Parts: sequence; structure tokens; C-alpha cells
Amino acid sequence: MTALREILRNNARQYGMVIALAVIVVLFQILTGGLLLRPLNITNLIMQNSYVLILAIGMMLVIVTGHIDLSVGSVVAFVGAVSAIMLTGWGLPMPVVVPLALVLGALIGAWQGFWVAYVRIPAFIVTLAGMLIFRGATMVVLDGESVGPLPQSLRAMANGFVPDIAAVGPHLLTLLLAVLGAAVLVRIQWRMRARDLRFDLPAASSRLTAAKSAATVLVVVVFGAILAVHNGVPIVGLLLIALIAGYSFVMSATTAGRHVYAVGGSEKAAMLSGVKTRRTTFWVFVNMGVLSALAGLVFTARLNAATPRAGTMFELDAIAAAFIGGASAAGGVGTVIGAVVGALVMGVMNNGMSLIGLGVDWQQGIKGLVLLAAVAFDIYNKNRVGARRRSAPVAEPDGGSGSGGGSGGRRDEVAVEEGSR
Amino acid sequence: MSEAPSRTGDILHMRGIGKEFPGVTALADVDLRVAPGEVRALMGENGAGKSTLMKILSGVYPHGSYTGDILMDGEVRAFSGVADSERAGIAIIHQELALVPQLSIAENIFLGNERTRLGVVDWGATVRAARGLLRRVGLDEDPTTPVSLLSVGRQQLVEIAKALSKEVRLLILDEPTSALNEAESDILLGLLRGLRAQGIACILISHKLGEVVRVADTITVLRDGRGIETMAAGAVDEDRIIRGMVGRALDQRYPQRTAEIGEVRFEVRDWTVDHPTQSGRRMADGVGLEVRRGEVVGLAGLMGAGRTEFAMSLFGGSYGRYVRGGLVKDGTPIRVRDVGEAIANGIAYVPEDRKELGLILGDDIRRNLTLAALRRVSSRTVIDKAAEAVAAAELSARMGVRSRDIYQAAGDLSGGNQQKVVLGKWLFAEPDLLILDEPTRGIDVGAKYEIYLVVRRLAAQGTSVLLISSELPELLGMCDRIYAMSQGRITGQMARGEAAQEPLMKLMTMAKA
Repeated sequence: MTALREILRNNARQYGMVIALAVIVVLFQILTGGLLLRPLNITNLIMQNSYVLILAIGMMLVIVTGHIDLSVGSVVAFVGAVSAIMLTGWGLPMPVVVPLALVLGALIGAWQGFWVAYVRIPAFIVTLAGMLIFRGATMVVLDGESVGPLPQSLRAMANGFVPDIAAVGPHLLTLLLAVLGAAVLVRIQWRMRARDLRFDLPAASSRLTAAKSAATVLVVVVFGAILAVHNGVPIVGLLLIALIAGYSFVMSATTAGRHVYAVGGSEKAAMLSGVKTRRTTFWVFVNMGVLSALAGLVFTARLNAATPRAGTMFELDAIAAAFIGGASAAGGVGTVIGAVVGALVMGVMNNGMSLIGLGVDWQQGIKGLVLLAAVAFDIYNKNRVGARRRSAPVAEPDGGSGSGGGSGGRRDEVAVEEGSR
Repeated sequence: MSEAPSRTGDILHMRGIGKEFPGVTALADVDLRVAPGEVRALMGENGAGKSTLMKILSGVYPHGSYTGDILMDGEVRAFSGVADSERAGIAIIHQELALVPQLSIAENIFLGNERTRLGVVDWGATVRAARGLLRRVGLDEDPTTPVSLLSVGRQQLVEIAKALSKEVRLLILDEPTSALNEAESDILLGLLRGLRAQGIACILISHKLGEVVRVADTITVLRDGRGIETMAAGAVDEDRIIRGMVGRALDQRYPQRTAEIGEVRFEVRDWTVDHPTQSGRRMADGVGLEVRRGEVVGLAGLMGAGRTEFAMSLFGGSYGRYVRGGLVKDGTPIRVRDVGEAIANGIAYVPEDRKELGLILGDDIRRNLTLAALRRVSSRTVIDKAAEAVAAAELSARMGVRSRDIYQAAGDLSGGNQQKVVLGKWLFAEPDLLILDEPTRGIDVGAKYEIYLVVRRLAAQGTSVLLISSELPELLGMCDRIYAMSQGRITGQMARGEAAQEPLMKLMTMAKA
């Protein structure tokens, strides 16, 4: 039990956010009289928030490296506009347009990454410029007007569902996928535990793991069942699952991911450990460009038109999602799952508040307060944990001032007396 | 030195000053008396307590955080901050100048102390007063010139003018000439003599024996946080001062050496590096040295000698601008254009500033340990986390890191344990040449010994070690051979048998020929 408490305490931020999401879901489920979790609405939730989720994943990486990207909303609009013109004006087929759009996004990301990583202009400035440049470019490309409607092939990306294998009542394939997904997750949980045991690492008890597995199966299968009752799993839903799984894996289990965290944690220390810090930063921005392009495709497809004002404020939604999800503005901290949870918190609140008929004015204010509260909780929690951990090994000299980070430095000053050069 | 009654007429009397940091006594029972118009040199090795003493005097360490008394004009004073000591007429000029480069000379002089009329800056009075002060320090510049256009030596004079503007009576200079060339140093030292005539006393912290003997009236030597002796400058020579600074006996603080020294492994030839931003400022000047297999080679030098700059530039050009020079490994020239190449060629560098450069403080021990050699626990860029955890736990145990587990944040560890993690990180990379930059700075005695043991073990396994240290006893205790460096040049080398503190100190303080 103490182990469990320790886990909860050390991961208060992650669990806190999941719990907060659960509370918000339950709250709006009650407030909307059960509308929120209706199959139709769940499907809508996924589709409405898909592009912000895609952006939030990329934004999390950018923020982990200690930067920010203000241009994503404009890039969404620009790539959407160019894609729409390629589809309708030039008549290019969808399978050609999608890769071209992603390459365009990569080029935009490379442009911004070059200025940030190699010229070392603060990302805030580079992407603020990008925000203006690509918004302007969108208007030029569209000539100030909307382009649409778009071919069904692209629209399916945002509005379509995975076709079923057999035409009987609920969506069979979706149910099958849910069961399969649950099985995979459970298998991963147990394999990780077995691995920990094999290497003599601290592992959760079998009962705790079983409880976790049961909860996982319950959530995944129920979720799948809800979707199956409606039209099945949306295509964009599958895309999201693939992105979340892929990026989580890259960030947590590959050298590339580790390098991203290292650059954000301490660029100098990372550089002196052989990490190619500039290259890492550059590719993080390229990645953001690609994901912005993907979000642009999905958003344009959903709207069935490219418009000059598309994507306005998306950057702020993505940034808010990353921070609500536990990223640190100082860099080096944050998880993909966190960003997803953060985006879902925002999405459920948007949806829930709309369902109970709250005006956009109130929605904005409340979302702002939630962002502030989440980060304040984060900082409060960090200071508390820091104070507890630090008080033991290093006693503050002469009564001490300040909190947290500064305490270590004092003792060194004795011997470092001449200071560093 | 024991307590003595205050001489009448002393401007300053620091009486029985003691200062403790957790686990370390920085100062114990130090006395210091300065008469008006006296130039007092404060000398001692790095870590002897000079800066700590001056921080107490200038109020950086406030009253109550130290023991003993500060008397000015025979009256006990309790400074609770730098502002208090400034009001009492004490000004400290640090090695790193505290000027705002974009502002003009006049603006800098009166920064925080602006000449105003009815709350509005009176530019006429400001410039007039600045001009007068510049005359006093002998600086022929227009007061409206931005400070960024001045050389470091002239900036230093602006700092002194700034101090004079506050009616300073006691001026503290911390290594004022370390960044200056010969001519600039002469001007500055001449100015100190001039101030003496105006009744302004001066405490000069310096490593340069020549200038101390030339300019100081009296010399106080600190060693291990104690005031050892105070001598009249006219009565002593440089050797006498060196003996005062290093005169401590070596005891058994270093493990026995067992390594077999083999053939030459690494050779540095004519390594020359410039300051990254100040063009023409040589930080390493034609450095040549060699390190053999299993050999521990020391690099001795005082602050500013260019040891760290040399080492970091060698480590994949992590410092400054490369001018020329070559690196040879096992007889073959190698290229180290970035850190990745340096690591690939078997070079590892444990930085002096472990918090800033050595560790990612927010990351856990495991991630820090494996960062420099992730490929060893990954296949096709996918990290095998179990293998990583096992490797990290094994390394952590081998280094004797005391922590809860390998998932504890590096920032939560004590200095000694942090250093063990940095060292472990580079051990994991299995280097052929390990460069250690001040590896035991700020670390308690026990952890020091453990680090020495690791170095010995590595050498026994055939690793070449280059040990940079400001502590001569450490170099003498650990090294098979010691190079001395001064002003970016190698000024000599001594083998294990013949090396001793005094001749080394002489090489380390040798001026450019």
C-alpha cells in the first residue's frame, strides 16, 4: 500500500490530470443530463478535437525542447488552402495531394527550425513571424475567398468511418478492434512487469497489475462498444490512436526521444554528452510542421472547404493542451499522453459547455481559468515535492533563503570560491 | 591569529571571522586589519577562503551568518546586505564586471545612484560629475560613450570610477588584472597607488606574485580558511609568499597507484584557441602535451590560465574558436570537430561545472548515466529499458552513488554524489582518454577519496587520464606527470618524483616571456 501511495505521490501530476479529466467528464455527464457520453456525441468529440489533438502532440515535443510554436494555426490554414487548390483547382487525386501537403508542412517546419536551431533566434519570434507569414500566404493563395466543396475522398479522412465486416446491428469490426486493443494493452502491462521481475527491478504486485488490467479492459471495451453502437470507429480516430502510440513509443523508448528530453533539460549538458542539440531542435520543428500539415488536411476535410480564417487560435489550444497535460515551460518535461489528456480536458469542456448552452464568452474565460489552475497545481506540487526531497540531504546554510533549485549551489561556493569563469 | 585590540586609526578591522557551510569550515578565526591608504594583498590558493572573507565584508553573507565582528573606524558594524556595506564606504569590484554594456559610461557610473532634480535625471550634472571621476581614474574617454566600446581594462577603470562616485573608502578588487594585458595592468596598478595618496584603502586579491610585490604595502596569506600570516611587502620575495600559500603537509589522502604506464596514447600538438567573442584574445596558445596509456597526467594552473578552455576546445570544439593544432591518437591524427566525434574517438570530458554542464538536473540518475552512450543499451535506436535500468543500477553501485534508487532526480543529490553520476556517465562510454576538470571541487573528503579510487582503477585498466585541478596536493598525490599552464601556455612539466608545490607554483605564475 505504501508503494502505491509512493507511486501516486511521485506521479501526482499525471494521475491528477487523468482524475481531473474523469471529474470533468462526470460533471458534464450530469449537467447535460447524459448527453455527453451518448454514442453520437462521443464520435463528435473525437472528430471535433482530432486536429487539436494532432497539434498538441507536436506542440508537446516543441515545448519539451524548451521552445514554442505560435505559427501552427496559420500553417494549418495555409496547408489546407494549398491542398484544397490542388484538389479542386488542379484536379490532383487525394493520394497525391496528401503526401505533397505533408512535404509542404515539413518544408515550413524546416524553415522555422533553421532560424531557431542554427541562427538561434528565439522560437517565440520565429514562429510569431511564421504566424503572420503563413496567414498572409493563406490569404494570397485563396485570394481572400473560401475554396470548396472538396472531393469525398478527402472528406472521408475527417468524417468517414471504418467500414464494417458484416452488416449486423452494432459495428462488429469496432468491437473486434476494441477487444484486440485491450488485449494488446494488457499484454504490454504484464510483459513490463515480468521484465521488471526478471531484472530484479521494483515491480507492482500481481494484484495491482491485475486491477490495472481489468480497468484497462473495461475502459477500452466500453469505449469501443459505445462507438460500435453509433457508426463504428471514425477513420480519424484510428489515425489518432496510431499517432499517440507511435509518438509515445518514440519519446519514451528511442534514443531520438531521449535526445529531445535531454536538449530541453539542459542544452549545454546534452551537447557535452554528444547529443546533436541543433539537429534535434531542427527536426522537432520539422515534425511540428508535418503534424500541422496533417491537422490542416483533417480540418479542411471536416469543414469541406479551405477558408482564409481557418485555424485561428489553434496554436493557443495546442499550447494550452500541452501545459494542462503537464509540460514545463522550462523544457525537458512532458509526455505525449499528457498532451492528449490536456487536449481532451479542453475538448470535453468545450463540448460540455456548448451542450448546456453556455456562451462562447463564458467558455473562453473558464478555459483560461482551467489552464491557470492546472499549471498552478503543477508548480505547487513541484515545490512541495522538491522541499520534501531536498530538506533531507542538504541543510540550508545560515537560515537559507528561497526555495527549491537554489539550495544546492551554496555549499559549493566554499571551494568554488573564485567563482567560475 | 589571535584577537588583538583595534589599532587606533584602522579603517577596517575584521576580528575573529569564522564561516561554516554544511560539512565545511570555510573560514576560522581570521583577523584582518587595514589602515587608511593601505594597499593590502590577500593571497592564497583557490579555496583558501579569500572570496568568502570578502563576501562577508561586502555584506553578501549578511551579519549573523558568520561569527566574529567587522569594525570600521573602531565601531562594530552589522551589514545585512551589499547596500549597507556600500553606505559604509566599501566597494567590491568582481572579476566579472557588473556594467551594462549598452549604457554609456556616465549612465553606468551613476546607475542606481542617479543625479536627479525633482525626480528627473539631470544629464548635465551626470556628465559633469562623470567627467571629474574619469579624470581621477585617468581615463580619457567621453562620458557618453557606450561601455561596450571600451576594452576590458578601460571598463575596469569605469568600475573604479563608479566606486569612487559612492565616496568609497575601502576598495576591494578581486583578480582585477586576470583579464588585462600588461599595459592595462600597469595603468590599473598605478591607479591603486594613486588612490593610496587620496587615503583610499584597497584590498587586492591576486594570484600574480609579481604585481603583488610591486603594488602592495602588506600581504596577508590565507590557507585552508585560516589567516596564516601578514607580512610587509618590502620584506619578502616571491618564494617566501609561495611557501606561505602552499605550506601544508601531505597526508595519506590518495590511494596507491598500481597502473602500468604504456606507450603514448594521445598527443596534442600546438593547440591554439581564441576567445569565442573577443577576437585576438588567445585562451590556449600553442599547447602541446601527451598522455600515455594508464598514465594520470595533471594540468596545473591558476584561475584564468586557460585549462578549462583548452580542455573544452579539445572536446569537440565545445569552447572558443579553433585557430590551429592537431590531436594524435595512437600515432594517427584524428578529427574532433564535434562532441560526437570526440566521443567516437574515445575522449570523455567531465566538466568543472557539473550542475550546468555535467548533468540534466531534472532527469533521473538512470537517464543521466546512459545519455552519453545510449547506443550501448539500445538496438537500432530503440532503447532496451530493462537493460538500461540494469546497467544504470550496476554503474551507480560501482560508483558508490548514495541515492534512493536510480529513478531519483540528479538535482536532488549532494555534490559528491552528483559528481559520481557524471563520472559514471563517462565510464559508461568507455573512454580511452578521460579529461577530468576539477573533479573534486566542492566535494567532501570521503567522496573525494572514492573518486580518486575510480581514477586509479581506470588507469590500472589502461585508460589515459588528464586531471585538471587547482589543488596542488591533489595533483601531486594523483599524477604521474604534471604540466603547468599559465596564460594559455604550457610553462613546464614535472615528473612524479621531482614535482613539488613550490616549483609548480612558480611555473603557474610565470608571465608570458
